[in-house]
Amino acid sequence: MKTWVYIDHFQGQAIPASWEAVGLGKTLGAVTALVFGSGVEALAKSACEYGADEVLLADDASLADFRAETYASTLSAAAAAGTPGLLLFPTTTRGRELAAMAAIDLKTGVLVDVTALEAKGEEIVVTRPVYAGKIMTKETCSTRPYVITLRGRAFAKPAPQAGKTGAVTRIEVRGEALTSVEGYARGESGVSLADANVIVSGGRGISNNPALTPPAGLDEKAAEIWKAQQGFAMVNELASVLGAAVGASRAAVDAGYIPYAHQVGQTGKVVSPNLYIACGISGAIQHQAGMRNSKVIVAVNKDAEAPIFKLARFGMVGDVWQIVPALTAAFKKKLGK
Amino acid sequence: MKIVVCVKQVPDSAAKVTVENGKVTWGDAPLVINPWDEFAVEAALRQKEALGGTVTAVTIGGEGTKDALKHALAMGADDAILVNDPALGTLDTQAVAQLLAAAIKKIGGVEMVFFGRQAIDGDSGIVPAQTARLLGWPSLTLASVIQAEAGAVRVERSTEEGRQIVKAKLPAVLSVAKDYGEPRYPSFMGIRKAQRAEIPTLALADLGIPAPAAVVTWPEVMNLPARDVKCEIIGGTPEEAANALVDKLIAEKVL
Repeated sequence: MKTWVYIDHFQGQAIPASWEAVGLGKTLGAVTALVFGSGVEALAKSACEYGADEVLLADDASLADFRAETYASTLSAAAAAGTPGLLLFPTTTRGRELAAMAAIDLKTGVLVDVTALEAKGEEIVVTRPVYAGKIMTKETCSTRPYVITLRGRAFAKPAPQAGKTGAVTRIEVRGEALTSVEGYARGESGVSLADANVIVSGGRGISNNPALTPPAGLDEKAAEIWKAQQGFAMVNELASVLGAAVGASRAAVDAGYIPYAHQVGQTGKVVSPNLYIACGISGAIQHQAGMRNSKVIVAVNKDAEAPIFKLARFGMVGDVWQIVPALTAAFKKKLGK
Repeated sequence: MKIVVCVKQVPDSAAKVTVENGKVTWGDAPLVINPWDEFAVEAALRQKEALGGTVTAVTIGGEGTKDALKHALAMGADDAILVNDPALGTLDTQAVAQLLAAAIKKIGGVEMVFFGRQAIDGDSGIVPAQTARLLGWPSLTLASVIQAEAGAVRVERSTEEGRQIVKAKLPAVLSVAKDYGEPRYPSFMGIRKAQRAEIPTLALADLGIPAPAAVVTWPEVMNLPARDVKCEIIGGTPEEAANALVDKLIAEKVL
């Protein structure tokens, strides 16, 4: 099947799921990579090293910032001329928006956030989680091309072959920009939850160490938040030893202990790391929906009956305030850090 | 400022959703307004409070989906419209976007359209961008800060890499991120007003379009494969347990 893969990037840094999409495309036949931006020749080169057979390159100052309207018009015009059978995107904010608009232009549907794909000849059926991962659906589309966004970490990332090249064809920018980008404000620093190999999460259970005394002069709410911050400082320490991202339960976010960007669950981020360490999280359905596809789950909780232990491969029942620092020390020692 | 907020009715986020006899079921869990859409209603109301105007809530579906509209009315929306027609079958995102774009055109003079970031059932999150594309309006998704003035809007969007600050002319389509701010609770007066509200229906003939057909289908829905894990509880002092766990994780090669 003639497959085109949109290489999503932020300021020239490729999103890893873009390479996962190239890898999947290669299992179906030849892959054309779409590289859009300003000064992104290096990305075109990387796309070939990751397996793309050729590249359609739209490299223009007007594409320096991602703006969905012009990116979509450029993509749709190329697809109308080149007639791919399948367009793949990583499921990112940009990928979703671009797939959404290109599908309208090309009068077809979108299969979003796909975790498995079966191709029989020219027919494709995908699997994707819905209802925040509480159930799965098989999904297909009666129109062409197939427009599919792939969940990060659901498909294998190919190993790049240094020096592998392919034909690069420049294409024209199309469409009219309807927005102007004034700038960027940094988000939370640290590892992105979606790409993380290891995640350490904290819930309400880490937020109230009875042994701690808040500084004098704080009102009740400020004292509560102070205590919770000590809890997240402990989680951060474990995360930094593991090079992990920090997650949180909705309860912790709603209580104001940590910004929403860290929330894992149905109304937060859906993650699938190799290792998920849940500290003081009971495991409400809402939270499970966001993390149950983690490969190995470790639960630390004082309540042996907490639902999180039903998902966990390893459990530690006891005081998180003693166990989590002990884990930090043990990882430090055994990983030689 | 004429403002539209598009909402959807979904099973409550606490519902245990499963597949029985090949069909999706959520038992006796209630149907509620999509929780993300409450942020959209909140954003729409704040724009109205700042700039004047009206907020109209719109949904697609049968009589039962009016409850989602009533929630928006109870929060403070001025009026509501149901898009419904016996000729409508199962919808997918592009069909929903076609209906909403037609309804927004029919309402006329709309300057801002608000959506939640995604619906918690289908989890697609692409209807806002598709509706914007069909209308030819700017798409400003995942807005966490919104500053509108006459004819223009400045938005901070929450993306994976941080905030992107974007300006666009109105009319525009926006979807609202959770960090925009907590949605208000329906007021007592609002609930009473919503109960009494007459909600008009727009049919396909009113919209002047043929029934859009779904091209995306769900041939099969499935329960999750059982997580085949037996939890191994690691005991001992915190230090003993921690050391034992780290050894096991290293042995399983997850690090």
